[in-house]
Amino acid sequence: MKFSYDWLTHFLDTEASVEEVSARLNAIGIEVEGLDDPADKLAGFRVAKVLTAAPHPDADKLQVLSVDTGEGDPLQVVCGAPNARAGMLGVLGLPGATVPANGMVLRKSAIRGVESNGMMCSTRELELGDDHDGIIELPADAPVGTSFADYAKASPVFDVAITPNRPDCMGVEGIARDLAAAGLGTFKPHREDAVAGNYPCPLEIRTDDTEGCPAFYGRAIKGVTNGPSPEWMQRRLIAAGQRPISALVDITNYLMLAFGRPAHVYDLAKLSGPVVARRAKDGETVEALNGKTYTLDAGMTVIADDAGVHDIAGIMGGEHSSVQDGTTDVLLEIAYFNPESIGVTGRKLGLATDARTRFERGVDPAFLDAGLDILTALILRICGGEASEVVRAGTAPSEPKRIAFDTGLTARLGGVEVAEAEQRRILEALDFAVADDWTVTVPLRRHDIEGPADLVEEVVRIHGLDAVASVPLARAEGVARPTATPEQARERRLRRAAAARGLNEAVTWSFLPVPEAEHFADGQLWLLDNPISEDMKAMRPSLIPGLLMAAKRNADRGAASARLFEIGRRYLRRADGGSDERLALGVLLAGDKTPRGWASGKGAGFDAFDAKAEAEALLAEAGAPVDRLQVMGEAGPQFHPGQSATLRLGPKNVLARFGALHPATLAAFDIDGPVVAVEIFLNALPKKKGGGSFARAQYAPPALQSVTRDFAFLVPADLPAGDLLRAVGGADKVNIVDARLFDVFTGAGVPEGQKSVAVEVTLQPGESSYKDEDLKAISDKVVAAAGKLGATLRG
Amino acid sequence: MPDTAVIEQEALARIRASEDAAALEALRVEYLGKQGSISALMKTLGAMTPEERQQKAPAIQQLRGSVADAIAARKAAFDSAALEERLASETLDLTLPAPATARGSVHPVSQVMDELSEIFADLGFAVATGPEIEDDWYNFTALNMPESHPARAMHDTFYFPDPAPKGGRMLLRTHTSPVQVRTMLADGAPLRIIAPGRVYRSDSDATHTPMFHQIEGLVIDRDIHLGHLKWTLETFLKAFFETEDIVLRLRPSYFPFTEPSVEVDVGFEIVDGKRVLGGSGDAPGHGWMELLGSGMVNRRVIEMSGLDPDEWQGFAFGVGVDRLAMLKYGMDDLRAFFDGDVRWLQHYGFSAFDQPTLSAGVGARA
Repeated sequence: MKFSYDWLTHFLDTEASVEEVSARLNAIGIEVEGLDDPADKLAGFRVAKVLTAAPHPDADKLQVLSVDTGEGDPLQVVCGAPNARAGMLGVLGLPGATVPANGMVLRKSAIRGVESNGMMCSTRELELGDDHDGIIELPADAPVGTSFADYAKASPVFDVAITPNRPDCMGVEGIARDLAAAGLGTFKPHREDAVAGNYPCPLEIRTDDTEGCPAFYGRAIKGVTNGPSPEWMQRRLIAAGQRPISALVDITNYLMLAFGRPAHVYDLAKLSGPVVARRAKDGETVEALNGKTYTLDAGMTVIADDAGVHDIAGIMGGEHSSVQDGTTDVLLEIAYFNPESIGVTGRKLGLATDARTRFERGVDPAFLDAGLDILTALILRICGGEASEVVRAGTAPSEPKRIAFDTGLTARLGGVEVAEAEQRRILEALDFAVADDWTVTVPLRRHDIEGPADLVEEVVRIHGLDAVASVPLARAEGVARPTATPEQARERRLRRAAAARGLNEAVTWSFLPVPEAEHFADGQLWLLDNPISEDMKAMRPSLIPGLLMAAKRNADRGAASARLFEIGRRYLRRADGGSDERLALGVLLAGDKTPRGWASGKGAGFDAFDAKAEAEALLAEAGAPVDRLQVMGEAGPQFHPGQSATLRLGPKNVLARFGALHPATLAAFDIDGPVVAVEIFLNALPKKKGGGSFARAQYAPPALQSVTRDFAFLVPADLPAGDLLRAVGGADKVNIVDARLFDVFTGAGVPEGQKSVAVEVTLQPGESSYKDEDLKAISDKVVAAAGKLGATLRG
Repeated sequence: MPDTAVIEQEALARIRASEDAAALEALRVEYLGKQGSISALMKTLGAMTPEERQQKAPAIQQLRGSVADAIAARKAAFDSAALEERLASETLDLTLPAPATARGSVHPVSQVMDELSEIFADLGFAVATGPEIEDDWYNFTALNMPESHPARAMHDTFYFPDPAPKGGRMLLRTHTSPVQVRTMLADGAPLRIIAPGRVYRSDSDATHTPMFHQIEGLVIDRDIHLGHLKWTLETFLKAFFETEDIVLRLRPSYFPFTEPSVEVDVGFEIVDGKRVLGGSGDAPGHGWMELLGSGMVNRRVIEMSGLDPDEWQGFAFGVGVDRLAMLKYGMDDLRAFFDGDVRWLQHYGFSAFDQPTLSAGVGARA
């Protein structure tokens, strides 16, 4: 909201400078977002008189003026305005001045060969209005030579943000009241004497919707002249960013901006029959002042007559009964609307207006008569006419809240001691009534005040938050205790482990385009009703698609490789459709694993084993029992069916999936392969057991040295090597401590349909060294265990 | 009995003249081998009388020692030459590059969240979390923003079509504040938590993205007031930016879930076109920057969170994590945070070993 210093001083007697006002506004919770002094922009422009005007010798549309600037000899100025003529007063920009509208710096120049020493300006050039048909014409008594900023009473403009709890400050008067309470001057409320009507209001006024419109006051004024509003009013409106339209419209805007009180003026000639506040009928339409037609429903309050709707109550007036230049008789409306229903209607219609903003937050219910008096007085003064009697339909809320206030709460909640007398002074300055027993009566305009905490806020913000001293929180004795949960500690550890493994942590959007999300969906997606774009509509069901899109962006920018990871949530559903957010770690490896090199020759891409390595290493860091995990299938249709797997703890609990992505996935994401990925389901990891001891298990190295034996087996070509390894490793649980696969071979010497698999078995003797027969027995067990899988010892 | 001195002279000369290890070995066999001539002389000692042995043994033994030493020395010389020759043939061009290892990085958002967790742990704050797909009730109603509240409109909320169990529709949380309610309901009081996480608003430009990160702070106890809030914010900001020169300006504001509500500005100076925190915003060349919103928790929120507002009170604040990261580490475009550009991640990301600790300083200097 914008207002000029000049307007503020209408309500506030103050010696304070603009800077002091600005600082105090910030201090009391009215945030100053901008402070603009038009005098700065108007430097170098002054009131000047055109002495002579002669045609330009070399141009039809230009004139050569001789201009009196109030000092020295008249200046020669070339001007193209059709209204420039001898004897007129206007505004001259001198060389060196900057034209506010376009930033052009004026300088002495020659226009078609004739010297020009400045520019006569239009309204638009000085950003004082839209008129650009000619130069500004000032009244004959304007003092020639005065700076135009002084002449135009240019006043600094504050641009403030009013928080939604303070509709009473959505008018300059309310802001002045707060400033006065904060010691910045004396508050001067503006009130007008009531005008008694000379005749009954010609139309019946009533409210049939006392819920939506509890009070509807009005009166007619006949015989008005709707010309331009006076210069002082236009000046204030322009400073507030409101374009002057006509006296009647400007007066209602003035009431709204000065007092935070929207009102409406109808052209009486366009109304027929009783003017009623009622619920709209479903499907009823109205053409509003913005030229758009709105379809209403029965939840919305309107002002209507026999012919139809004239006003979307409290939000926007109708075009049909709007006042025009030729309007002579008007009906004034000042009403109290239910804030909640204004909000609901405004949201449904998607219509944001200054009136709605104020009604929705709550206008002053005690300001109906006073507002109507001001409106009447201004219209009679500016437009003339004769007022009817006032009609008052319904009543606005009039029962004030009373709060039993304990002044000690100011210190207990606000953290600052404020003397009782000062607390009383502050509250009374803000128009609260404070009884001797500290029962505080809240002014009706302060809808935001609900209880003692609100009064503390009033006292503290006016007293000054600067006065609140910092007070340390109590500290636990000794060194701070750890706070991270095991899951949080694990997440932090995994993140740094992944980074230490050469992966770059990305943070990608939680949302995906629907097709990309569907590609990875396993169940119903979460789809936004109002996405910011179609590319951000679906909540991700997996971390891989977002990483894949990031990898593609990297590839498109020429990156040779992308090693990315992310720790974040997948957005899934429970069986009942409710939200189920699960933490996961995604890894994506794309492009070159190793670039071509002097030692390695050609570059190499990533393969499924790179994914497996990441999966196992990170699972190990996460505390999963990696050596007990089973490698199984069903990584999902997004993966290459022959080059992907899941890692499971037990047959059902999938801890991770990994592998090369399916060519169809790569095609869908338009990225070149191979690309491999890992997804670790952190929620599926077993909780750390015990959670207690720091001490490790006792270190007990075996007394005797271990021995190794190699076995080469012929097995069916489709037997998973892992199965053989598991069988061999488990063949003698007492002696075999490790089984390591060191060769897989097909080709010469290996029968068709089989492969040769070589395993190194590590044996750990216990009390005594192995004898030949011991080794023979273990060997037999190994061969037998392998034999169950169809393996035969290779001769 | 041959003259040992003559034999020695001749043997030493031949050893000196030997040209390679093989020739030397042949000489060793000839003199010292089982059938060697000096070995044969040694054997004659056994057949001598003690007197004779005493007389002749020293010369023979001296001969044997001298020849053996000469052979050993000559062999060492041959070995050393051979080694040198081999090493000369094994020279590598060590200006060639070593095998590359990929360098990983931690995202600035994670780094800053770790830093904040570390700082607040020292102040006794635990880390709490809550869902991002949130129930209307937790995001708005329980925070004193009923259905028709105008402040709801300021939140640019993303909605789902799904009805919420507690009324209204499911939505993407617009702030981390619902975690306040959830934590109070779950854990009661007293309470000190921070709640970092993703939040969402339907807004997009250079400084606003539809997804960003916030950290919520909440302290609930019996005697907490605005002064504690001010101290906590000052203390955390000083620790985070590792400077004592942090000046805060508290301005009254409005949030439905706090009363009184306080907007917090921090003083900064423009240095080389970037905002550097420090000094009063009113000092020459300085300004104030809005940093966070805070206040004393509204008693209605405490009530709806299952606590007695006559017994418990406290403060809450919410601050943008991405914004803190930008201010501390100098990024200027928020959108790049979520792009996954490896070059950006490598440039602004952190080493895995930049784990924030109080003793080393929570921040990682450039």
